[in-house]
Amino acid sequence: MQGVGPAVCLGNDIDTDLIIAGRYLRTKDRSVWAEHVFEDLDPALAGRLSGAIIVAGRNMGCGSSREQAVVALREAGVVGVVAESFARIFFRNAVNVGLPVIEASVACTDRAFVAFDLDAGWVEVDGERYPARPLSARMVAILRAGGLVPYWRSSR
Amino acid sequence: MSTLSERILGAPAGAYVDHEVDIAFAHDGTGILTREALREMGVDRLPHPGRLRLIFDHIVPANTGTTATLQAELRGYARASGIDLSDAGGGICHQVMSEGVVRPGMVVVGADSHTCTLGALGAFATGVGATDMAAIWASGATWFRVPETIAVNLTGRLDGPAEAKDVALAYVAKLGMEGATYRALEFVGDGAPGISMDGRLTLCNMAVETGAKAGMFYADAVAVRHLAEHGVAASPQAVEESRYEQEIEIDLAGIVPLVAVPHRVDTVREAEEVAGTEIDQVFVGTCTNGRYEDLARFARIVRGKQVAVRTLVVPASRAVLLRAIATGVLADIVGAGCMVAPPGCGPCLGAHEGVMGEGEVCLSTANRNFRNRMGVGAEIYLSSVATAAASALAGVIAVPEAV
Repeated sequence: MQGVGPAVCLGNDIDTDLIIAGRYLRTKDRSVWAEHVFEDLDPALAGRLSGAIIVAGRNMGCGSSREQAVVALREAGVVGVVAESFARIFFRNAVNVGLPVIEASVACTDRAFVAFDLDAGWVEVDGERYPARPLSARMVAILRAGGLVPYWRSSR
Repeated sequence: MSTLSERILGAPAGAYVDHEVDIAFAHDGTGILTREALREMGVDRLPHPGRLRLIFDHIVPANTGTTATLQAELRGYARASGIDLSDAGGGICHQVMSEGVVRPGMVVVGADSHTCTLGALGAFATGVGATDMAAIWASGATWFRVPETIAVNLTGRLDGPAEAKDVALAYVAKLGMEGATYRALEFVGDGAPGISMDGRLTLCNMAVETGAKAGMFYADAVAVRHLAEHGVAASPQAVEESRYEQEIEIDLAGIVPLVAVPHRVDTVREAEEVAGTEIDQVFVGTCTNGRYEDLARFARIVRGKQVAVRTLVVPASRAVLLRAIATGVLADIVGAGCMVAPPGCGPCLGAHEGVMGEGEVCLSTANRNFRNRMGVGAEIYLSSVATAAASALAGVIAVPEAV
């Protein structure tokens, strides 16, 4: 699994309320979540996410189990999320909806060129290469299938 | 030599296991996505409907036509597939599951991050997302990485006005918001047996605020008695000497009323330090502090007096509400000028019912004070029930006296 895109840098402890606010959960229209993603953090962020790679600090996606958070990022066109560490439910949700998550400690500059290769286990930021923590075999298989739903369908 | 997690999941820390689940539940917020994922997976028959639960608690009763339509769809799905539904008014999922559904030794998954609450009954209980839940409903099992365990060693007894919530804020402050990521917490030590069942549920509830996968107590006589009150026979779990990755110490006698200040749950001050802070609303309830013991403690403090700020009390379940009616606790609360809303999550997640305005300040007994969570531009302080009651009467954050 590989991806490239410009960096969108975020800080530590980005909670899922900040990714998608509770007031937008009462729908199943996925475009609503993409439209309002990060609204309470910085409303300008939503316009920069298509084709981008989020580079966050520690404890990315903490808080609520709401899967709408990872769906919002995927629907907004995020290619992958790199973070120094992830909250565990967010991490598992991302894999389940087919959004690549890469645990690595990198220096981030907004709009820097980011590339990752999950199979080889590295992330590059403006050509500087950093090691990424490997995923479990099951998680790799789910991501490769495009998420848990297609993984389920193909394994039956 | 095994930790509770290792014993229940049947493998050492670090191992990946596939395990059957005993109870798998979702609520109105996450259930709709679980339903959608099942549709996309092409699953039309659930093999173990008896293990599954749907609980409407997040936005109850429905606040808009859209919410009502989504809930109606989920209600119809529960009926058609044989899933037990606790409809609007029944209470918060974790509380309902603690009232005679979850038993010691079970493996429990909930599509809600605070599922760790149920570790208070000696179960391995953890939160998952909606699509994970769909696969669990379709198969009856899931995969886990068996967590390493951090022991929270409780010594002595709570004293004065301090309560379990203050202990929770103390350990969250000690560990930090990611201090236990991927780990389980086990609450042990000579102080553990003295914590009430309601208090244990409060302590385990906040485990996820440190990033933990689970928060657990050994089921002892207290848990067995609690389950018996709900008509369930259970046995205590034998305590084993376990190998913990880390241990932290909490001296219960040294705990004083604490407050988490905006906007981090691990930024904790003594209530004394923030006393006098202006507040616009007090909120008592949630899966952290909406239980009978909480309502009774609140009522004891406000009885015969009048609150000085708008105060909203939301019982965690119908059973809690009924007991509060029967004992007169509810009359004391309403008589003191508080609003009472139907059992559910209330305004904790800022979706309805008590949402805060820009620049307003809420003192809440909930578990999260993330920026904007209860309303854009609002600030949230988190405290115990006694601190909330004293503050409701004073109209500013106040330090409670011993009850």
